[in-house]
Amino acid sequence: MKVLAFSKRNDLEVLRDPLNLIFGVGFPIVLLLLLTAIQRNIPVPMFAIDHLAPGIAVFGLSFMTLFSATLIAKDRGSAFLQRLYTTPLTAADFILGYLLPVLPIAVAQSAICCGAAVLLGLKVTVHLVSAVLFTIPTALLFVSLGLLCGSIFTDKQVGGICGALLTNLTAWLSGIWFDLGMVGGAFQKIANLLPFVHAVELERAVLRGDYAGVFPHIWWVTGYAAAVTAIAVFAFLRQMKRQ
Amino acid sequence: MDAIKTVDLTKKYKDLTAVDGLNLTVRQGELLSLLGVNGAGKTTTIKMLTGLTRPTSGDAFLNGKSILTDTAAVKAMIAVSPQETAVAPNLTVRENLELMAGVHGFQKPEARDKATDLTGRFGLGTVANKRAGKLSGGWQRRLSIAMALIGGPQILFLDEPTLGLDVLARSELWEMIRALRGSMTVILTTHYMEEAEALSGRVAIMRSGRLLTAGTPQEIKRQAGTDKFDEAFVRIVKEAAQ
Repeated sequence: MKVLAFSKRNDLEVLRDPLNLIFGVGFPIVLLLLLTAIQRNIPVPMFAIDHLAPGIAVFGLSFMTLFSATLIAKDRGSAFLQRLYTTPLTAADFILGYLLPVLPIAVAQSAICCGAAVLLGLKVTVHLVSAVLFTIPTALLFVSLGLLCGSIFTDKQVGGICGALLTNLTAWLSGIWFDLGMVGGAFQKIANLLPFVHAVELERAVLRGDYAGVFPHIWWVTGYAAAVTAIAVFAFLRQMKRQ
Repeated sequence: MDAIKTVDLTKKYKDLTAVDGLNLTVRQGELLSLLGVNGAGKTTTIKMLTGLTRPTSGDAFLNGKSILTDTAAVKAMIAVSPQETAVAPNLTVRENLELMAGVHGFQKPEARDKATDLTGRFGLGTVANKRAGKLSGGWQRRLSIAMALIGGPQILFLDEPTLGLDVLARSELWEMIRALRGSMTVILTTHYMEEAEALSGRVAIMRSGRLLTAGTPQEIKRQAGTDKFDEAFVRIVKEAAQ
């Protein structure tokens, strides 16, 4: 009950911020529309809707880090979190309360992205539902990154690090906009060592019904998600102790 | 039983001793003001009593429960209204109150009833559905205290509750704080001498982490040999500095 009350509050804080709705839902849909329009005039296989939609869904999830980190950093900066530290809420309540409410928002965002892609010509298949469900590990990765950044940085720093740096890293190193093989070399090697391209490839495989093709990408994503979650929990507990 | 009893309570930060062997007793139902200039150790004392900071040495007992070994029991009986406005800005006044009831373990219907009760008691009815972040400073302070009360605390800590408020808002809050006297133990920190004198049953004056004196406002004035409370405070603090 206690954790539910706290989760509900975090949910409302995220959903009632108009900037979150603009960036979380509006921006990915605008990108889909824009790139689909380009594709209609100058056909590029990269921007075919079944290839593009999974990438945009993953890119949209990177904003979850910004939402989650901003909420936590603002709470830390104000006396609100200190007030809550004097209540019977436990450390586990705080961590779950920050992680859990953003996950359904992330899944809903992916569903909206897939819905928009259907309107733009993506075939309706059962794999669409799977594609939305398979975003959960990626969503956990980005939400945990939010918990980590929110526990370390101030709300102003979070804006730059999660809003600019992370979204750019996700965009450039995920193979959404261009084939990483065209750049090759160290760039491709680095991209393959990071989880973003694997998250996109995982989604693409699920969407085309190639469930064998989710491997090894799902291991990369779940591995990163588990590691980042563990580090984020440690960072949050450390700042909690310091406060 | 005493509501609060500190035993040689000490907090050190590297070379700085923020609170130095504090021995203070507060009776149940008493409203005690903790006074002192900046850096006196008031906020650190409150942080230790509310479990936000662990003492370097010593202990404190809240209704007999140790802040070192019975943290959960202590947290269940206290509430804090911090110095800064501590409200969830995107939640309405009512939602803020229900949130605090929820984190204290009340089920939804009970949380709703408690929110309605406090909305009435604190005159928050007209702004109940407004977002807390849009309220003026005075309303936010009112809400902040109401949020502290929703869990039914036995001991309430009010850290500078009227800081930065205009005269009218301050006098309204004074009435609300006065109404709490006797029903729970209240520890109040303030820089306003007239506030301490008007509201407190007893006053404790701190300087450089040490307790200089504690007594009723009358006793403090008598001790300093003056009939003005602010003058008494200055004399006691200056005397200790020499």
